[in-house]
Amino acid sequence: MNHPIVAADQLCFSYPDGTVALRSVSFRIRPGESVAIIGANGAGKSTLLQQLNGSLTPTTGQVRIGDVPVAPATPQEVRRSVGMVFQQPDDQLFMPTVYDDVAFGPLNLGMKGADLEQRVCLALDAVSARHLAAKPPYRLSAGEKKRVAIATVLAMDPTVLVMDEPTAGLDPYGRREIMQLLSTFDHTRIISSHDLDMVAQVCSRVVLLHEGEIRADGAPGEILTDTALLADCRLEPPLSLQACCVCGR
Amino acid sequence: MSSGAIFGSLLELRQLDLLASGDSVIHRLDTRVKLLAAFGFILTVVSFDRYELSGLLPFFFVPLAVCATAGLPVWLVVRKALLVLPFALLIGAANPLLDQTVQLQLGTVGISGGWFSFTSIVLRALLTAAAAILLVAVSGVPAVCEALARLGVPQPLVIQLLFMYRYLFVLAEEAVHASRSRSLRSFGRRGMGPGPFAAMIAHLLLRSWERAERIHQAMLARGFTGQFLPSRRCRFGLPELTVLLLFVGGCLLLRLVNLPQLVGAAALGLFQGVV
Repeated sequence: MNHPIVAADQLCFSYPDGTVALRSVSFRIRPGESVAIIGANGAGKSTLLQQLNGSLTPTTGQVRIGDVPVAPATPQEVRRSVGMVFQQPDDQLFMPTVYDDVAFGPLNLGMKGADLEQRVCLALDAVSARHLAAKPPYRLSAGEKKRVAIATVLAMDPTVLVMDEPTAGLDPYGRREIMQLLSTFDHTRIISSHDLDMVAQVCSRVVLLHEGEIRADGAPGEILTDTALLADCRLEPPLSLQACCVCGR
Repeated sequence: MSSGAIFGSLLELRQLDLLASGDSVIHRLDTRVKLLAAFGFILTVVSFDRYELSGLLPFFFVPLAVCATAGLPVWLVVRKALLVLPFALLIGAANPLLDQTVQLQLGTVGISGGWFSFTSIVLRALLTAAAAILLVAVSGVPAVCEALARLGVPQPLVIQLLFMYRYLFVLAEEAVHASRSRSLRSFGRRGMGPGPFAAMIAHLLLRSWERAERIHQAMLARGFTGQFLPSRRCRFGLPELTVLLLFVGGCLLLRLVNLPQLVGAAALGLFQGVV
């Protein structure tokens, strides 16, 4: 798999109503890196993720996936290499059965017959969901929906995985399953989340957004323990890095 | 509508969906065969003369035979088919008043043509509803949609049907939550009036709109270019064509030969012979 570099250069974005969502955001994500985009509600995380596959076009600045600039003229090329997992799996699983949903992307890439079946089965196996293939999405649990949503993207064979709140709304076991799954991937992973405990375990780098700007960019060990910085950005250190509320250690 | 009623309808729909995952000869048949067979059955039933009753009766054996072969609960099909009864009654209600020509004299009682056509409308409505319900119960809505597309129905129409079916459950669940939330904060009639109801519907519409935009983004993100491509392998060969022709031929035979009249005449002949 040839992993590209994901680079944002002086990215600015304003919504049509004038709300400024991103202010001069720049970063460079190396191949295979696992990067968390964290920030309070309204910090610009989802807007930033949508710039990465061309769902939104920056007001000024540019995003590049390898050598390809993300622009209205290059959506197919970009969307093939950047797999986007949405926060709400119900938005992502729009086909009548799990199989149809996972097959949707490869079909659009021109696959059919035995190749298509093999691709779908591999993607479902990667998230341990082959047994769900014939089920309609509304009969899946929240955790199963998330796993299948990831499979729909894996079936496109992307090099970059972009995930919006992958552990939101899951029970502890489902959350643990997703975290283990994320750790097994060798794709470049860009994960937006409020689940800072997950970030501490799964990501090797943290980009902290505040009011559309990057306030910090570094290792989780540095940023997630900086209580003053996190408080300033309306966040709290993850529970796993806080002192015990009983013994204080 | 209360949240319980919405939830009940939702569960019934899901039940029909579950039946489609069964495994029988009819389930395994290519959906195009089943779709065309149902279409042929419906066309035959509606082609009868408006006063026809006896000719329609043998057609009730067809859904019963399908239920028995596919292992479907007859009561479920009957209950769902009865849902069309109010509409059929409404359509035929004026017939007995408008058409009072006596068609049958039973002793001193004359039965008008209006009553015949009214009963005929009800029977035909039940038969056609049963055919549609059985088609969904042995194939599932997604497979029916795919068969429609393969038979040349325009894609935009098929996509609308598919998406309506997929998001019916999501929308209904949202409606259940909104309805429950309203009733929990309503006391007696307060809060249950048309104002809050209209606001609730408006919110559901706006949420559906936003969801539709997100779904479109998800589709684009996976290479959607406006063309919906079928993923299932299917087969419509000589065996499938034979089954279809046999079924439609059977329907035509029942349409052209009035079986109850034949049986009646034979029984009468036998009776006269004995006497």
